[in-house]
Amino acid sequence: MNRRKFLSNSSASAAYLGLSGLTLNSCFKNSQKHITILHTNDVHSHIDAFPKNHESYPNLGGLSRRATLVENIRKENPNTLLLDAGDIFQGTPYFNFFGGEMEFKLMSMLKYDAATLGNHDFDNGVDGLLAQIPNAKFDLLSANYDFTNTVLNGYTKPYNIYTLNNLKIGIYGIGIELKGLVTKKLYKETKYINPFEIASDIEKELKLEKKCDLVICLSHLGYDYETNKPSDLQLATKTEYTDLIIGGHTHTFLDKPTIVKNKNGKEILVNQVGCYGLNLGRIDFYFDNNKNISSKGVSITV
Amino acid sequence: MVLKIKHYVTFVTFAFLASCSTEPKTLTKIQGKLISVSPEVTENDSINTFISPFRSKIESELNKIIAYAPENITKTDGKYNTSLGNLMAKIVYEEANPVYKFRTNNEIDFVLLNHGGIRANISKGNITVNTAYEIMPFENSITVIKLKGSTVNKLIKFLIEAKKPHPIYGIQIALGKNSKKSTVLIQNKPFDENKIYNIATSNYLVNGGDNMSFFDEKTETIDIEYKIRNAIIYHFKKYDTIVSKTDDRFYTLK
Repeated sequence: MNRRKFLSNSSASAAYLGLSGLTLNSCFKNSQKHITILHTNDVHSHIDAFPKNHESYPNLGGLSRRATLVENIRKENPNTLLLDAGDIFQGTPYFNFFGGEMEFKLMSMLKYDAATLGNHDFDNGVDGLLAQIPNAKFDLLSANYDFTNTVLNGYTKPYNIYTLNNLKIGIYGIGIELKGLVTKKLYKETKYINPFEIASDIEKELKLEKKCDLVICLSHLGYDYETNKPSDLQLATKTEYTDLIIGGHTHTFLDKPTIVKNKNGKEILVNQVGCYGLNLGRIDFYFDNNKNISSKGVSITV
Repeated sequence: MVLKIKHYVTFVTFAFLASCSTEPKTLTKIQGKLISVSPEVTENDSINTFISPFRSKIESELNKIIAYAPENITKTDGKYNTSLGNLMAKIVYEEANPVYKFRTNNEIDFVLLNHGGIRANISKGNITVNTAYEIMPFENSITVIKLKGSTVNKLIKFLIEAKKPHPIYGIQIALGKNSKKSTVLIQNKPFDENKIYNIATSNYLVNGGDNMSFFDEKTETIDIEYKIRNAIIYHFKKYDTIVSKTDDRFYTLK
């Protein structure tokens, strides 16, 4: 036989052998994988904690404390993602004076991985938002705003996939209809697309094509409405592959995530942690290699 | 020989795939909890160091003394009108009318704001930039809308039924006994149901805030693009000494 061919074939086998050996080892050592998702929403420029004499939130919140919490959790589990569901801007003089520079710089210091856009993030217009984007070392995810005819074109992504401990976590962003909520002069030619259809398309892509192990929606639709306005609870019932919806906009203080049955009757979580950085949401996902476990379904403790 | 190696490769590949299926990829457990960002949590030094110069800059700006109030100006010193409400409505009129006139050649007939939109009082003494932020923490801006006389009638009815000191300027409402018959003057002229009125208010109220649903019947909207807070700051700087009293712009006939 051709000696050259033999050599290349055998080295290929060796490579496979080495790889399988490694994988087998890692499988046996690590029978469970653990992903932690931390999240905030509607922080509204609340960089400082509330004053001690505040009528509603005395001495609560503050970015400096949030930094400590996040740092400790990351030490405990390095496979952690930190996310924000929008309305980062507007609410304290920090925004009026510095236009969002501090919010984005501080979120970058806390190593936020991704955020979606809320209506108030347009309060200085698409130009004001664009001016702050260089300060954001995290992804701005938005699937249902079409920025094609605005200066923001190319600065956001519909979704991104984050690989932690060999698990793929697909995250997509969904925003609220801006008409009636934000002056047209601010959002300009930004087009709003039906959130349900886009969410359905993207979750399919993330799960079936990109083979994500976990699919998360960062939403600024709002938790629930008395009217038929699109909300997170509605979105949950219309999706098939999304495991978690992290919401914002309605400043809803949930003591624990809400369990909702999705389109296929599978239980998924919808969460929102109020506003102003008073709370940090934490969702832990555990993955196992036990083949029998899938028949029992997922155990949810909230 | 070539065939044999190929078999071997296939076998190893199979083993690799098999091992992969035992990798933890099945979601089995989810736990969720809420973490309170409470005073017990230690602050992060590097974050504090970063924030500190920004905070100092804001504080020095907010603490600038821009005017003086010889007496308290509050939102609670009258039944149907208050000294602070009257001041706010006057500020909106004085700051917005020249802009509106310049842009449309029309003049503002009267101002209506909402009592709940005033978030703090002015205490006797120095007035700082921060005072304006306390009174008006929201980003609301002045908007002028046109309403038909028939809709203004609904507005007047709303004010009479609300029994609240919603800030007004340029309109006078004298309630008859038992709140029945009322006399209304706009710019010191009797209210005319056939006229179209130019009303300055906040974009928050025009967009449905505080249940002022009569604003839905507006025939035209002109956004002055002047933040109410900025108008307040400008007014404080311009007048230096700020005095405001309750009066008879909205009262009950004895």
